[in-house]
Amino acid sequence: MAMTMTQKILAAHAGLKEVEAGQLIEARLDLVLGNDITAPVAIKEFAKIGAEGVFDKSKVALVPDHFAPNKDIKAAEQCKVMREFALAKGIVNYFEVGEMGIEHALIPEKGLVLPGDLVIGADSHTCTYGAVGAFSTGVGSTDMAAGMAMGTAWFKVPEAIRFELSGELRGWASGKDLILHIIGLIGVDGALYQSMEFDGKGVAGLTMDERFTIANMAIEAGAKNGIFPVDARTREWAEAVAARCPSADRRYTEYAADPGARYSRTVPIELSALEPTVSFPHLPSNAKPVSKAAGVKMDQVVIGSCTNGRIEDLRVAARILRGRKVAKGMRCLVFPATQAIYLQALREGLVEALVEAGAAVSTPTCGPCLGGHMGILAKGEKALATTNRNFVGRMGHPESEVYLASPAVAAASAITGCITDPAEIMAAPSRADIAR
Amino acid sequence: MEAKGTAFTYGDNVDTDVIIPARYLNTTDPAELASHCMEDIDASFAKSVRKGDVIVAGRNFGCGSSREHAPIAIKASGVSCVVASSFARIFYRNAINIGLPILELAGAEKLAKKGDEIRVDLATGAVENLTSGAKAQGKGFPPFMQGIMKAGGLIEYVKARIASGGAK
Repeated sequence: MAMTMTQKILAAHAGLKEVEAGQLIEARLDLVLGNDITAPVAIKEFAKIGAEGVFDKSKVALVPDHFAPNKDIKAAEQCKVMREFALAKGIVNYFEVGEMGIEHALIPEKGLVLPGDLVIGADSHTCTYGAVGAFSTGVGSTDMAAGMAMGTAWFKVPEAIRFELSGELRGWASGKDLILHIIGLIGVDGALYQSMEFDGKGVAGLTMDERFTIANMAIEAGAKNGIFPVDARTREWAEAVAARCPSADRRYTEYAADPGARYSRTVPIELSALEPTVSFPHLPSNAKPVSKAAGVKMDQVVIGSCTNGRIEDLRVAARILRGRKVAKGMRCLVFPATQAIYLQALREGLVEALVEAGAAVSTPTCGPCLGGHMGILAKGEKALATTNRNFVGRMGHPESEVYLASPAVAAASAITGCITDPAEIMAAPSRADIAR
Repeated sequence: MEAKGTAFTYGDNVDTDVIIPARYLNTTDPAELASHCMEDIDASFAKSVRKGDVIVAGRNFGCGSSREHAPIAIKASGVSCVVASSFARIFYRNAINIGLPILELAGAEKLAKKGDEIRVDLATGAVENLTSGAKAQGKGFPPFMQGIMKAGGLIEYVKARIASGGAK
């Protein structure tokens, strides 16, 4: 029977020739991930299981990123629980603050996920790695504990929605605008329990960083995972990672959907028709073209997160902010997603341009995205953020508001102090220039 | 297995940020988490909820973060069951794994008003509003979930597996 790309990866990891939607399977895991919020709960549960060690010391990754650098005493205790567990169990992939990053930018950067892998992570944005043609999905702490002990997890095989992309993005429209548009189209439960499989001729033009952004937000449509086909860009990415990280220098498997695979529906998207998009409070699905959103006054702009803290995102922000100034009274915060991205941004002169413009550039952390620290909103304040959620109270006070957009819209809005189409600040570079 | 109590009613897309805001995620203590449960959507919930009470909501309950703190906070607040039109995938999984009874019931939000007395039969999925007399049939737990719940949650299930030599 013809299978979707997701179903083929699940079947292979369950040791089955084929699987079908709705089937319950137990599958082998290539990586189990946790952070400083979810891992402490998992570590408690792991102790209850009574397993001596983790199933494979090199296939568990622990990343302190949410409330790290430690925001208060309680957060410090949580990070300590994770650090001591990592040490006691000999976890190879534990990343202390100086070598860390936001987990979903860090894990691919370190080559801990490759095409065809199966990953679970106790963080909902674990779906990010679908960008490289892997199956990855968010789970809770108990699933993480069981995964660390057994190296397996149970899954219900999902059906899939196929997003058939055609054409090429134009102007300042980016991968972020595409995924906000899609969530606006299908709703925050539009892909509930399902895979979002991106396909079609339009995929080739999307950069790897854009694919990470798009797969990252599959969960915002309720999806189990989002996944891209493996193509020339993916292979080039995998080669570069392998050259950098010995652990990534391993064989990987490319899976592709079977011809004739069944989808619950196919949604065609013409990329050239998209414009920069803003999601209004309090759901990511409240998406509007920037032309219908312009002028809403903002108190803060946040550029970063597991969604949009990668090098291309910082390049776009710096391109717009270079030689200009953040508006009086506006707080513009920039968070490179990993230490390596931070260093690259320094070397390329991006940090200098951002700081000169009046933005504050921070060490990597999830901080403000979830209202943790480093940029909390007061009552009645509004923020435009390149993050992924705009729920009630997400970035601070329950009566504050978050608007979601791309780095280009965020940078333009930081300059004017209100939601702004980046085209009003400067003409967009060519696609080739963005993806250099 | 029966749940019976007073209904607390909510709409669609109740997300994990309002169930337990991230500012309280610097602890894993269930009682402390319960003291802030539903704080950003219903500030009086933690004070007024009593053991056995039932949450009734619309579509996509528990959307957003994977934080297991969300079902833990609800369970520790004394809630005996969450009945919703649909659940977000990770919340659904987490609830089963930690032993918070949940029930999918199409149109759940129409079944009860805040303060109604609700009875839920978790094995059959039958739901009754004892105040209005309305009855509805939800989906009982699928067999695989029942297996995990019978073992006392996922951890007990894995423990049993390890004890029987099913994994190293």
